[in-house]
Amino acid sequence: MAFWIASSPHNHNQQSTSSLMRLVIFAAIPGIIAQWYFFGWGNLIHIGIAMITAMLCEFIVLSLREKRITEQLFDGSALLTAMLIGICLPAFAPWWITVIGTIFAIAIAKHLYGGLGHNPFNPAMTGYVMLLISFPLQMTTWQPPISLMEIELSFSNTLTTIFTGFTIDGYSVEQLRTSIDGVTMATPLDTLKTSITMGLTVSETTQSSVFGEHFAVGWEWVNLAFLLGGIFLISKKAIAWQTPVSFLLSLFLCSLIGYTIVPDSSASTMFHWFSGATMLGAFFILTDPVTGATSAKGRLIVGLLAGLLVYLIRVFGGYPDGVAFAVLLCNMSAPLIDQYTRPRTYGHSKDLS
Amino acid sequence: MTDTSSTVNHNIDDNNEQPQKEAANYDEYKELAIQGLWKNNPGLVQLLGLCPLLAVTATVTNAIGLGLATLLVLLCSNITVSAIRHWVPKEIRIPIFVLIIAAFVTCVQLLMNAYTFGLYQSLGIFLPLIVTNCAIIGRAEAYASKQPIKQAAFDGLMMGLGFALVLIVLGAIREILGQGTLFDGANLLLGDWASSLRIEVLELNSDFLLAILPPGAFIVMGFLIAIKNAIDNKIKEKNTINEDKVIERVRVNFDS
Repeated sequence: MAFWIASSPHNHNQQSTSSLMRLVIFAAIPGIIAQWYFFGWGNLIHIGIAMITAMLCEFIVLSLREKRITEQLFDGSALLTAMLIGICLPAFAPWWITVIGTIFAIAIAKHLYGGLGHNPFNPAMTGYVMLLISFPLQMTTWQPPISLMEIELSFSNTLTTIFTGFTIDGYSVEQLRTSIDGVTMATPLDTLKTSITMGLTVSETTQSSVFGEHFAVGWEWVNLAFLLGGIFLISKKAIAWQTPVSFLLSLFLCSLIGYTIVPDSSASTMFHWFSGATMLGAFFILTDPVTGATSAKGRLIVGLLAGLLVYLIRVFGGYPDGVAFAVLLCNMSAPLIDQYTRPRTYGHSKDLS
Repeated sequence: MTDTSSTVNHNIDDNNEQPQKEAANYDEYKELAIQGLWKNNPGLVQLLGLCPLLAVTATVTNAIGLGLATLLVLLCSNITVSAIRHWVPKEIRIPIFVLIIAAFVTCVQLLMNAYTFGLYQSLGIFLPLIVTNCAIIGRAEAYASKQPIKQAAFDGLMMGLGFALVLIVLGAIREILGQGTLFDGANLLLGDWASSLRIEVLELNSDFLLAILPPGAFIVMGFLIAIKNAIDNKIKEKNTINEDKVIERVRVNFDS
């Protein structure tokens, strides 16, 4: 009896790009639903605009590059990028913000570097950072949670706000963002940052209505939903567990150290976990198979680095949230980290590998 | 020294073959112009002097100002370096070139300080930094120190023009994208009448900051280089097609 001798790898992964992308998109749905429940239609509309733009842009670029359009257009990677951009954007941002960001992400951050699999930077985060740097005013038009808003916000009202800057009744974005007390509301991270620079302590700051009972109204549930989606992805083996776990651990440690040293001006560890884009970044962005590290040890290091960077940017940086910047910096260092954490090949000694 | 012997040869050439040399000269000048403006453009191909190229091209006015300053320095330094090339010892040529360039940069800087003070202020450190612009010392070393004055001057002019043109194109693209205007602040360079030159190209609700910031300069520069390479490839393709045709014709003749 002759044995069929196959060369390695013996453990095959039958997943195609499109099924993986589809899985990630499905896993993000709980988070999007939570976002819709607490913040209304804004982000859903932005996701829609981004997806349409992404498909058009992908189609045009693919036909210019003379690639097989049907195969690559529907592999879901463009849709995933668009979805991430739509989730990240402030709900009241004007429509052209989404369009410019998506075009930048697809055409420049992805295709100019050689398309999917060749891009050194996460396209969605590149587009987001480009928007953040270019349009600081529009990129801070965050919407307060619906429960804190004075004006009733329906789907059509949100739609007209995104496209014209005013609701049907003529309220401007600024008026929409003003709370009952007449104060313009920002995100919890933003509020924390401004009040700490104004000399308030954290416990004084968290009296503000955007913090709610626990950490941040709405944001905590959105983050929890993304955490759920992320655990689903890990259980499906769509993403490696190392990056998110080490990222969250590192952020936890950093904020714990900060909290022990200066409790008055540092937020709690759980506030850092459950506000801003922490969970989205941990499970959906840092785990991007193209731009992250590939070895297990490398993923752990990337996660640690990202957690440290997010904490540093949140506490000492100029921007309230630092996930996007941290992701880009980690993308930049991933090849180097991979270089030094290459696993030992079977049969080779340690120093040769 | 080898330098002196080569110049002796040059002198002999000058005396003997006047008409032939003129034709050769014309070709040489044409080649110099093509090299400076396109094939070996200091901005797009050699990528020299990237620091000022990327830092000050946020508006067309700045770009024109720095382009003119660089052009002037390059022209004068090329002429001077070429004029003294027989007396410069090889071992210390670089310090001498730097001194010459620094002298001209100081002149330009003082002139701009006197006549275009606003522009002088907006160019800031990048005006004195022309001294360290590799495009200038590169031309002094690679061309002017070996060639007669006329060619060196023409080379300096063409290289400077090529550099200035890239600066202006970059400045125009970044200004249109960033602020939606052209020639904003031209009065700083040309006097008060020039404030009417300002053109509103696009009506933007908000500035596109990325185009004004340095990363935008890198991105636009990348696109410019890509466009240049695309044009070069098109020309190459055309040429090969033409050559193919020529070969076919020969074959037909051979068979018949």
